[in-house]
Amino acid sequence: MATTRSPRTSSPPAPSTGPWAFLAQRWELATLAVLAIAPLVIPALGGALGGQVTNLFIYCILALALNVMVGYTGLVHLGIASFFGIGAYVLAILTVPMYPFQIGFLAAAVIAVLVTAGTGLALGAPTLRLRGDYLAIVTLGFGEVVKVTLRNLEQITGGMKGLNPVPPPGAGVTIAGIDLGKEFAIDPRWFYYLALLSLAGVVLAMRRLENSRLGRALVAVREDELAAQAMGISATKVKLSAFAMSSAVAGLAGCLYAASLSTTADPNAYDFNRSIMVLCAVILGGLGSIPGTLLGVAILVGFDTILAPWADSWIQQMDVNPKGLSYLSFSGWRLAFFGVALVLVMRYRPEGLIPSRRLAAELHDGGAGP
Amino acid sequence: MSVQFFLQQCLIGLTNGALIALVALGYTMVYGIIGLINFAHGDLIMLGACLALSLVGALGMTATGAATTWVGIGGLVLLCGLFCGLLNVAVDRIVYKPLRNAPKLAPLVSAIGVSFIFMNVGLFWLGPADKSFPELLPSTNLLHNDALQFTWKDLLVVIIVGPLMVALSVLVKGTKLGKAMRAVSQDPTAAALVGVDVDRVIAATFFIGGFLGGAASVIYGLYINTIGFQMGFQNGLYAFTAAVLGGIGSIPGAVLGGLVIGLVRALASAYVGERWTGAIVFAILIVILVFRPEGLLGRRVKEKV
Repeated sequence: MATTRSPRTSSPPAPSTGPWAFLAQRWELATLAVLAIAPLVIPALGGALGGQVTNLFIYCILALALNVMVGYTGLVHLGIASFFGIGAYVLAILTVPMYPFQIGFLAAAVIAVLVTAGTGLALGAPTLRLRGDYLAIVTLGFGEVVKVTLRNLEQITGGMKGLNPVPPPGAGVTIAGIDLGKEFAIDPRWFYYLALLSLAGVVLAMRRLENSRLGRALVAVREDELAAQAMGISATKVKLSAFAMSSAVAGLAGCLYAASLSTTADPNAYDFNRSIMVLCAVILGGLGSIPGTLLGVAILVGFDTILAPWADSWIQQMDVNPKGLSYLSFSGWRLAFFGVALVLVMRYRPEGLIPSRRLAAELHDGGAGP
Repeated sequence: MSVQFFLQQCLIGLTNGALIALVALGYTMVYGIIGLINFAHGDLIMLGACLALSLVGALGMTATGAATTWVGIGGLVLLCGLFCGLLNVAVDRIVYKPLRNAPKLAPLVSAIGVSFIFMNVGLFWLGPADKSFPELLPSTNLLHNDALQFTWKDLLVVIIVGPLMVALSVLVKGTKLGKAMRAVSQDPTAAALVGVDVDRVIAATFFIGGFLGGAASVIYGLYINTIGFQMGFQNGLYAFTAAVLGGIGSIPGAVLGGLVIGLVRALASAYVGERWTGAIVFAILIVILVFRPEGLLGRRVKEKV
């Protein structure tokens, strides 16, 4: 099998020019433009919907973080939500009134990202030699340990109440007569733009990563660790970089999450279910593919947080479900929807909806996976 | 913190551990034979518990202490075992079998999907709130000792789990099917070459793992007395930890791992605090995987190139 695979996979990675990449890039720019103009023309985005879409952007960042591990490097990570949570809590500790630090959002976010990157390295270093399944279980166990710790260290994390209020970014900063903190607190569109900007930055960084020396090394390690090492790539360094990058970006998403909610929420917001939801989004959209990952989040998280509540309230208005039966409500079926989606995608399109070229080739050879 | 208190905790731990071991067997057997972490196993057991609760309600079983109760419990174990076993085989046939030659991630993700579907079924079956499972057994102490408790419920766990374990080891060690299972687990291609029907052996493994899970679900209901549609995840995770601890793929390892996890849980709850139990169990799991990835009784497997 390896012989049939090598000619295709040894071809150089997707060049940044060429008709397809160009189209993809233009497509992304067009989407960005539409999303940037949308709040100015759609008044609903100034209300609750704006918050929901902001949430969607934050999940996109989290999913791109996971994609570095699972998609590029082929390391199955089942505890991404714990880094999301650590980012949120570090930001909160540095900004809430309960603590003496109360530094600004930007400085706190930088520290939070550094802390999550460090935590990622601390988890990655001892677990490097583990086989795929075992690494998955270690990350899962790590996620549970973090959740339980956040819940139980009540003096530090506030236990089930979480930490709040997290002040909005720019609190107390006035530029040209505009009190930024106040604006963020009143109009959800400020957070919308902050999240969109961050997402655009992360997408750009991921594009750069894909075509960089390190990005190619990540893929090489995924494809064949031994061969990569024989070519002079240090698998240890590459995997640790993946851990650090993924954790840092997840920490950034956590900062935005805590700031946009103005609370860390309770530790259950960072449990296994969230990790799995993000993993499902990445797999559904296409492992190792940026547009795929974004689409996967839009479908799964969009279904869960925007479509399902909307359909529920619509069903309620129709008054077909006076007894509140769970199978007559739309969101009563959400788990089955996710489950069936995952099973069908794995069966008929394991490379995802918008596949990364290289991974699709590998999967359709039926060869041994990572 | 007397000696008797310690012994009591050990007793609780071992009883719980026997239950965990029963679930862990389902993980370890399936992993041993097709290398799949069956994420849906915990939720399969949740569905078994739903069926057990419905049957108890339909049959109007109550705690009479009479022999009929014991016969009824035996019937429940059998029915729920069959239900879970057949369901497991059906899922394997429909979902995992077409992915036999796919990369490992595909069946793993499918198993997560199946787990979601099961949870949704459980949600419709039980409703969103936890349900209490009726006490069918008197809670009289069988030991004539005030400090040490060993009730009918504890005895039930032992008298169901014990024979099942013995039957399983006889099956795996002494029968033709068991031999075929061990062969497929070592090398499916070579087993097929010498005439083993690999698909049937895999189906049998799923059935046996599911049957043990179904039996565990009945015991769980009778022993813990609360079931809910989300119970599968947590219990599955503990059982999976037990399987990894013992050396995944190893049947005696799963039993040993289950007992150890049960003991650790009971002692951690008693001496450190219940709320830290989960963190302690998973911290142990991480340490074991890092320093001894093959587990307590597992074989070290060289990664194939």
